[in-house]
Amino acid sequence: MTLELRNVTKRVGADTHIHETSLRLEPGEFNILLGATNAGKSTLIKLMAGLEKPTSGEIRVDGENVTGLSPQKRNISLVHQFFINYPHMTVFDNIASPLRVAGIPKSEIAGRVEQAADILQLRPMLHRRPDELSGGQQQRCALARAIVKESKAIFLDEPLANLDYKLREELREQLPDLLAGRGTVIVYATSEPTEALLLGGRTALVHEGRIVQFGPTTEIYHNPANQLSATVFSDPPVNLAPVVKRGNRIELAGGHGWTVEGAVAAIPDGAYTVGVRPHFVSPVPVHERTVPIRGVVRITELSGSESVAHFEMGGHVWVSLSPGVHAYKVGEEHEFYMAPEHCFYFGENGDLVIKGDADG
Amino acid sequence: MRPRALIPILYILFLLLPIYWLVAMSFKTTNEILGGFSLFPQEWTFASYRTIFTDPTWYWGYINSIIYVSLNTVISLLAALPAAYAFSRFRFLGDKHLFFWLLTNRMAPAAVFALPFFQLYSAVGLFDTHLAVALAHCLFNIPLAVWILEGFMSGVPKELDETAYVDGYSFPRFFIRIFVPTIKAGIGVAAFFCFMFSWVELLLAKTLTAVEAKPIAAVMTRTASSAGYELGLLAAAGVLTIIPGAIVIWFVRNYIAKGFALGRV
Repeated sequence: MTLELRNVTKRVGADTHIHETSLRLEPGEFNILLGATNAGKSTLIKLMAGLEKPTSGEIRVDGENVTGLSPQKRNISLVHQFFINYPHMTVFDNIASPLRVAGIPKSEIAGRVEQAADILQLRPMLHRRPDELSGGQQQRCALARAIVKESKAIFLDEPLANLDYKLREELREQLPDLLAGRGTVIVYATSEPTEALLLGGRTALVHEGRIVQFGPTTEIYHNPANQLSATVFSDPPVNLAPVVKRGNRIELAGGHGWTVEGAVAAIPDGAYTVGVRPHFVSPVPVHERTVPIRGVVRITELSGSESVAHFEMGGHVWVSLSPGVHAYKVGEEHEFYMAPEHCFYFGENGDLVIKGDADG
Repeated sequence: MRPRALIPILYILFLLLPIYWLVAMSFKTTNEILGGFSLFPQEWTFASYRTIFTDPTWYWGYINSIIYVSLNTVISLLAALPAAYAFSRFRFLGDKHLFFWLLTNRMAPAAVFALPFFQLYSAVGLFDTHLAVALAHCLFNIPLAVWILEGFMSGVPKELDETAYVDGYSFPRFFIRIFVPTIKAGIGVAAFFCFMFSWVELLLAKTLTAVEAKPIAAVMTRTASSAGYELGLLAAAGVLTIIPGAIVIWFVRNYIAKGFALGRV
């Protein structure tokens, strides 16, 4: 089946939660809604699930208008960020509940519940109640309830956000296998760009109630349509600074600059905004061709095996993300090396004009 | 034993003293009660209790009270459950004002309502029925139940409702099969408070009844008029009045602790 939003808007009072949006989701692969908290991901899911009615526009399933149809009649599944299970029922009854409501014969229910429980490794916990399970098990119970019925669409609203790191990784690896090959539309909301990249599929970048860009996940990561798209799909956010292009020379504030060739050199001279992802700015020259830039280090962070430095350069704060541990001195000037091949050049309206020669 | 422990012990003894005195009195003869100071019954007698359990005017007092209290608890909960759900789940015009206004009902003295209720119920033929007292007590019990239940319901994430709808539950089915069991602790607490407040309320209960639905509190006033003061009998009736409350507290004590933890009781 396909799920389609046609010119859907959602307003609550004077606030516009979703600006006019059209989106067509195909079954089989992950459709990721990527955006910050409050970007409108949950609202989009609620609209698709029928939990909220759009102010205008249509929602179509296989071409059929289902805008006014209640969620009960849509045959869908939903997993929330919080571990939502029916607290007074055992895990077995929890998983069985959508089947029981649908009036499926008892003889069939037990087999299907056990099958779902096996997939999610819940077999030994079937007779416990949700409050006797760990967080990961509770969420697996919610997932089992979502996959036990043959629903047309499965909505996952940041399902891993409340899990600890190890469990999140484990479950994230299992999810694609779990949901693939069901012929259902899978919608997965997340606020983490890395999660979107790991899950693959297609991604819709959501920002302030709009879909900024929609397409295959890796493609839109490598080819952001505009500045906003590059910002949303980057963590830490993409580094931006105004540049001036003159001939084959790109001038960055603070006397930095580099020469460009080929297609990039061919764009008209003038003012552009350059964007470069933090991992292409490193304290040592690791990329093939690099341009040294200098900035005063303001904040440093160590996250696991990666070093993050926020530095100020010509009035702009840039972020460098590099593997390994680097000793930065806060308040002192450091040299960083950026890779101009990995730059995006955005025009004055924010749209991508061209990107550097290399992919990524 | 550390001397600090003495303070709570003394306090508890102080609180229990009148109850002990009541229990001791109920086993004494009237002569002994009037005779002077005695810490224990000198001559144990169960005559007072025997009177209460054999005389229909006495035990019907209890039965009447239990009938209207139970009726009130059921009506209050049935009305408060949907109301509390609306307050906890929906935003509507004036919802906060309405919620506060409900609470202020709780603060009005029952005496204010005694006269209008008496006249109204007499006019519609409800006077001296269990239903009259049960309905009158709804005046303060429904707001209380709404207040308590709203607190428990707001503790249940709205996502539970959404999950149930997506799973295929219709609203009534979700409410009865999922939501009510989820907040059963709150329902227990609300039922307890409705029961207690209705049980101890005397003024409306006495004003709205004559013979058929006469509550125990009204029966107890009899002892003062007939053959002098039958203090032993009165004390025994008092003990029996405390017992239902004590039993209910025993059953819902864990729920009430939970209610306190949620900050709504």
